[in-house]
Amino acid sequence: MEDIQEFSEVKFQGIKINYLYICKRKLWLFSKNITFESTSDKVLLGKVLHEYSYPKENTKEVLIDNLVMIDILSDGSIREVKYSSKMKEADIMQVVYYLYYLKQKGIQKQGIINYPKEKRKEVLELTPEYKEKVKQALKEIEEITTKPIPPPAQKQKICKSCAYFEFCWG
Amino acid sequence: MQKSLYLTSNGRLRRHENTLYFETEVEKRSIDIENVEQIHIFGEVDLNTKALNYISQYGIVLHFYNYYGFYAGSFLPRKKNVSGDVVVRQALHYLDREKRLFLAYCFVESAVYHMMRNLRERKEAEAFLIAIEDEWGKGRFNISNIAELMGLEGRIRNIYYQSFNQFLPEDFAMEKREKRPPTNPINALISFGNSLIYSHTLSQIYQTQLDPTISFLHEPSEKRFSLSLDISEIFKPLIVDTVIFKLLNNRQISLEHFDEDLNYCYLNQEGKKIFIKEFQSKLETTVRHRQLNRNVSYKGFIRLECYKLIKHFIGDQVYSPLKAWW
Repeated sequence: MEDIQEFSEVKFQGIKINYLYICKRKLWLFSKNITFESTSDKVLLGKVLHEYSYPKENTKEVLIDNLVMIDILSDGSIREVKYSSKMKEADIMQVVYYLYYLKQKGIQKQGIINYPKEKRKEVLELTPEYKEKVKQALKEIEEITTKPIPPPAQKQKICKSCAYFEFCWG
Repeated sequence: MQKSLYLTSNGRLRRHENTLYFETEVEKRSIDIENVEQIHIFGEVDLNTKALNYISQYGIVLHFYNYYGFYAGSFLPRKKNVSGDVVVRQALHYLDREKRLFLAYCFVESAVYHMMRNLRERKEAEAFLIAIEDEWGKGRFNISNIAELMGLEGRIRNIYYQSFNQFLPEDFAMEKREKRPPTNPINALISFGNSLIYSHTLSQIYQTQLDPTISFLHEPSEKRFSLSLDISEIFKPLIVDTVIFKLLNNRQISLEHFDEDLNYCYLNQEGKKIFIKEFQSKLETTVRHRQLNRNVSYKGFIRLECYKLIKHFIGDQVYSPLKAWW
């Protein structure tokens, strides 16, 4: 019960959990709708991958509560499709957040991350540790996105393939 | 890079199934819609809502110019990247007198810097360069409002345009800058070039979260998209004027490329084509960016100015206008 109450106060799009682990500045900018994905080739590649992988699945891109977008939904599992496993921790947290979210609604499933280009997959369960981590992450997202100014840019290796690269460093 | 498409002939834009065509009396050309960012329409072109709806799906901006090559207006598809937060903060910078003056000053500073840059290499114009440096050096510290800033900018621009006579062919002598209507070839060229840079800047603003109607140097009431006028100030000397110098000094454009009627002078179709070609190749020219360590086109630099403004508005980084270092 306590879980549900806390949860209803902080609900976020799954991508925000992902961004929390990739770049807190990106998270802040994204939360203010300052996005540049539409002009990024990398983002286009990801989109195409989503569209063309797993053509036989018919429950693709399921939007729950107008908030959480599940790539592929099936009886026992939810699946998230990612272009590369470079940001594995962020991907894992995104999927366990979905599992956590669904559990609040009384739905229990297994999580799978597919990396079709690498022909790899990651299978996940919502363990108590992950549950704690998700709760912590939600709090952190709340803190970051309510700040009046964005966290300063910090150069990371992934900056150069980010849609925000020219925004942050130009 | 996404392309700009210029339609200088008359014809019809038509969607047939999932392809966009430009049909003229002599040919039917398909347009690679995925790779088009903006379409500039100079000719007499018909199009219907079917075509417009298709064009807007791809977020393509249409810019229209009248018979004389002056900017008439734009069709901007429904904007995808809107940030209420950015707009509110942009407006706050307009409402605060000090904050507005700061940004207006930045635009003028960069414009003057680029004007001086254009003259620096020209021995013939040395006296004018010195005059501008003098005017700017004295005036810049005595500005307390936008009107004074505009006055200073006007005086500098006068000197700047006067200097053109020193290094441009005699046919293109400039007595004074006349806008509406331009009565001689050099004024016609400047007006045409400024129309182009204005619409290109609008296209770049459109790709960001900035609101093109909230401006700082120009009054927001002056023109519909006055932020485009503000940002254009930076790029007029950097892009438009250098294109004009090149076309005239290489004799690519001569008096035969102009039509005149009743105190009115404008580029003819052939002239427009030559100008657009050079202008577009300038926009695509790249320069190594020092921080990004990437090649950035002149068009890209317009976009980067927009990014810098957003960063300024959200309190991330104080705006520092472009000063070409190459």
